[in-house]
Formats: sequence, structure tokens, C-alpha cells
Amino acid sequence: MGRYILRRLLQLIPVFIGSTFLIYALVWALPGDPFAGKCGQRACPQPYVDMMTAKYNLNDSLVVQYFKYLGNLFSGDFGETFSGNSIGQMVADAAPITIRLAVIAVIIEAVIGIGAGILTGLRGKGFLDNLVLVSTLFLISLPVFVTGIVLQLVLAGQWGIINPSVSADATVGELIVPGFVLGSLSMAYIARLTRASISENRRADFVRTAIAKGQPNRRVVGVHLLRASVIPVITFLGTDLGALMGGAIVTEGVFNINGLGGLVFRGIQEKDGATVTGIVVLLVIVYLLMSLVVDLMYAVLDPRIRYD
Amino acid sequence: MTDPNAAGGLSHVGEPGEAKNPADGPHKPRSLWGDAWRELRRKPLFILSGVIIVLVVVIAIAPDLFSSRPAGFSDLNHANEGPSADAWFGYDNQGYDVYARTIHGTRASLLVGLFATLLTVLIGSLVGIIAGYYGRWVDSLLSRFGDIFAGLPFVLGAIVILTTFNAPDSNPSEFRIIAQVVGSIAVLTWPVAMRIMRSATLVAKQLDYVKAARGLGANTFRIVFRHLLPNTIAPVLVYATIALGAAIGAEATLAYLGIGIRSPVVSWGVEISDARDYFQNVPHMLLFPAGFVTITVLAFVMLGDAVRQALDPKAR
Repeated sequence: MGRYILRRLLQLIPVFIGSTFLIYALVWALPGDPFAGKCGQRACPQPYVDMMTAKYNLNDSLVVQYFKYLGNLFSGDFGETFSGNSIGQMVADAAPITIRLAVIAVIIEAVIGIGAGILTGLRGKGFLDNLVLVSTLFLISLPVFVTGIVLQLVLAGQWGIINPSVSADATVGELIVPGFVLGSLSMAYIARLTRASISENRRADFVRTAIAKGQPNRRVVGVHLLRASVIPVITFLGTDLGALMGGAIVTEGVFNINGLGGLVFRGIQEKDGATVTGIVVLLVIVYLLMSLVVDLMYAVLDPRIRYD
Repeated sequence: MTDPNAAGGLSHVGEPGEAKNPADGPHKPRSLWGDAWRELRRKPLFILSGVIIVLVVVIAIAPDLFSSRPAGFSDLNHANEGPSADAWFGYDNQGYDVYARTIHGTRASLLVGLFATLLTVLIGSLVGIIAGYYGRWVDSLLSRFGDIFAGLPFVLGAIVILTTFNAPDSNPSEFRIIAQVVGSIAVLTWPVAMRIMRSATLVAKQLDYVKAARGLGANTFRIVFRHLLPNTIAPVLVYATIALGAAIGAEATLAYLGIGIRSPVVSWGVEISDARDYFQNVPHMLLFPAGFVTITVLAFVMLGDAVRQALDPKAR
């Protein structure tokens, strides 16, 4: 097991460097003057240009710049924006909100998705099964911004149940609707995954054994069947938590949430490279680590899998 | 006797369609695709999605059949008016007829989806089949290379790519921006097609007839195109159908963020992007094109889903 983790961690390194270098190169190798429009209507004064060039190592080659940046990052220094705000502080303010949103989304999609999957997987063909099938197809086809805008127009505009935009502290209650929007697509995938997995395992030998030895139905379903069926779902949820944090840009935009997505979107539009690279690096790390954790959880959940 | 399709065909003997069609009698086992086709013809979801897709394609080819007004028709006197008999989907803030624009926007949206999917599937299948066929370090290298692109969140990656190549205040040409949207969708999604193709190749490579072909001295080219590809193409095609829907949705999402295709091109995404700042007061401006996007994506997802089930012998 230890050797497997080590090997996986070593494999993550080139992927991590590749992904982050790609973004770094795209952001910093922009054609054109990086100081264009940074000082209002006039050209930037020479001392400012010199200072910024030194600060972002703009005179070095791209690769050297990148590794200097990475070095700073790993010593905990995210750097500063062009206007001198600390990016570390901005990320520290925004990250909890995005994490809260992503966790709420994962909880909502897990509860509704797994619930619907178990229900239809156990019942088999019928009205409920068709209903869930059609509604999952519909959710998969609905672009996230449409779900968000429609819910916002109806719930906030027509019925006045929620506020159209989330306040600065973004409490859990306010994030429920955005979380539902963010998780709606994955919810559909989870429902289908659970359904397929349950209806496959329902006929498995170990379930028949459990029934034959007189286990009550609740225990057969809750322990024997569910534990085996939930493995692919857990994998999906794990990688999804990483993916949702990066995918929250649209949802955060619709509901005016001050999370990482909004921060990175503003960074891109204001051509503030340091913010964009900092947050993307962070999101890539989260995503890669989550996929590693998911792989390891396989072994915990399914005793048949051994990594040695 | 070793043909797995024969068994699949026999299990259907005695069904009503069998006797009426002498062409595929019990002596002539149907292929995997023939079986799937028979299965599909009876599925309501498949028929429904087929009808929608045919309709959307006809709209894309001949938009004038469906709308007497050109896409550029504008009457500022009616700006922001809701749906009426005169303009089914109402007018937008510029006085454009939303119905006419939605009908004329079908072609661009569909083409973006089509080209993005083609590019994704071509790159992904090529890399996947190479990785699966050669294995060892080639496989590790290509798989890790795919992981690099898969690790980037889609929306984030697309925003960075599209803003890097077009500064927000620049004015790129029509063709260039469409090519960039198509390219960025393909660049960020090809690893999915690659993984599907790679695992299908890994399975097919171990089959006896492939080993036999190699033993008989067939060259790589022949093994890949004659023997591997026909057996690995099914899962990729299923993925492609669903990806086509997803790409149309992605075009709309990028447009909603204001970085996708822009005027003077007319597409569903462009309409959505134009509606971005006004939909609070003029919701029909956004809801009708978004509805078209959703229904089209739904049709492709349903089609892919039905084909997957029909091709999967376990589900029968």
C-alpha cells in the first residue's frame, strides 16, 4: 500500500507541472505589453515598469519564471496583484465560500442522487424508474447557467423565496439553491450510476447468501448491497468535489457569490496573471489529490482490491 | 460457432419482426450493429430523439423554411415585447425577432458542436489507440499527457485559452473566433475520448483473432484498421453522440460568460450572450434560445443513451 501511494504521488508530479505550466504559459506569454492600460490613460512610469518586471521576473525566460513562481508558491507566497493586494489574503477570503458551496453541492447530489438510484434500482422497471430516467436525462442536458437563471427568476423574482444574490458572508442557508444548481448535473450522473450498480449487484451471490441466512431485508440492502454498490459512486463524488470547485465559476456568477470562481474570472478580465495562476494551481492540486484519495478509498471499501 | 453475435441473434428467434423479414433468417447471424438497430427501432426514446435531431438538422440546412424573416430583421418599435402571434418568441432589446434569430442561429451552433466533437474524437481516438496498442512507456507517457489536460477544470481552461488569444477589447474575425471555441472545447475534452479508446483497445488487443492476424504477419496498419478499429469504435461513437450535445451546451455556457462566439455570427450562444445583461427584465430573450439548446442537447444525450443500451448485450 505504501509503495502504491508513493508511486501514485510520483506520477502526480509531471501531471501537476504540466497542467500548471500550461496555464502559466497561456497567462504570462500573452502577446503584447503586460503594462498596457495598467496605469490609467498614460504610459506607466519607468520605475514602476522596472519594479514590476523585477517582481514578476519578466526578464527571465518563461521556464525560469515558472519555476521561480512555483518556488514562491510552495513557500506559501502567492504573490501580489498588479495593484499590490496580497493574493494569499484574497484566496483565504474567497476559498471558504467556494469550499462551502462545493460541499453543499456534493451533499445535495449525494443525498438526492443516491436516494433516487436506490429507489429505482430496487424497484426495477416501472413508472418511477421511467420518471427518474427522463428527469436525469433532462438534468444532464440543461446547461448549468440555465438552471441557475431559471431558478433565480422563479424563486427570487416570481415567488420571492430567496434573494437573487448571495450576501458577502454566504451562509449555508443562502447557498442551498446555488449548491443545488451546481450539483444538478452530477446528481443525475449519481442517480444513474447508483441505479446501474444496485440492479447489477442485486442478483450477486453475496446478496443471495445474505437473504438465505435470514438477514432482515433492511440489513441486506443497507449493509450488503449498498456497501458494494456505493464504490463507483464514492469515486465519482470524490473527483466531483475537485471538479466542482473549478466549475463553480458559472454558478458563482449567476448568484453573485464572492468565491474563487469570481476572483479568477475578474483576474482574467483584468489580465492579472498572478491571481489566475495562483488559483488555478490551487484547484489543480485539489483535483489531483482528490483523485488520489478516491483511488485509495477503493481499497478500503472493496476488500477484493489490493494494491501490492 | 465461436461468433458471439450468433448467440445474440438466436435469443431473438420467435419475435414478431423475425418471421416477416426473410433477409435476416436464423441462418444469417446479424452483426452487433444489426442487432442494435433492431433493438433501437422499438424504443420510444430513440424515435423521439431521432425526430428532434432530424428536425434540428433540417432547420440548420434550410432556416428559411421555418422563418420568413431574416436573422437581421429588426423593428425597434417592438423592442422588448413579449411573445405574440406576430413574433412567436417576442422581440429582444434591439428589436430583433427572437424566433427568427433562434432559427437562423441553429446552423452555427450545430456546426460548432459537430466540429468540436469531430476534433475531440479524432485526437482522442488516435492517441488512445496508439497508447493502447503499443502499451508500456508509450502508454504511460500518453496517458499522463492526457491527464495534464483532464486536470484543468473545463470552464476555467476555456476562459484562459479564449481570453489569451483574444484580448477582451479586440475584434477578432468570425472564422477565427469560431475556430478558437471549437479548438478550446476539443483541447480540454479529448482525454475522455482517449481513455475510452485506450481501454477498448486494451481489451480488443488480447482477442484471439488479433493475435492470429499478428501471427500471420499482418502489419500494424492492417491490424489497427482492419481488426482493432471495428471493435473499438462502438463505445467511442456512443461517447461522440453525447459529446456532441455537451459541446453545444459548452458553446452556450462560454457565450453566457461573454467569451464565446460573438456577433455578427448568429448562434444560440450569441443570443444568450446578448441577453446576459437584460434577462432579468426581458426573460424571453434568454429562455427561448436556452430552451433550444436544452432540447437539442437532450436529443443527442437520449440518442447516445439508447445506442449504448442497444450495443450492450448485458442490458438486453
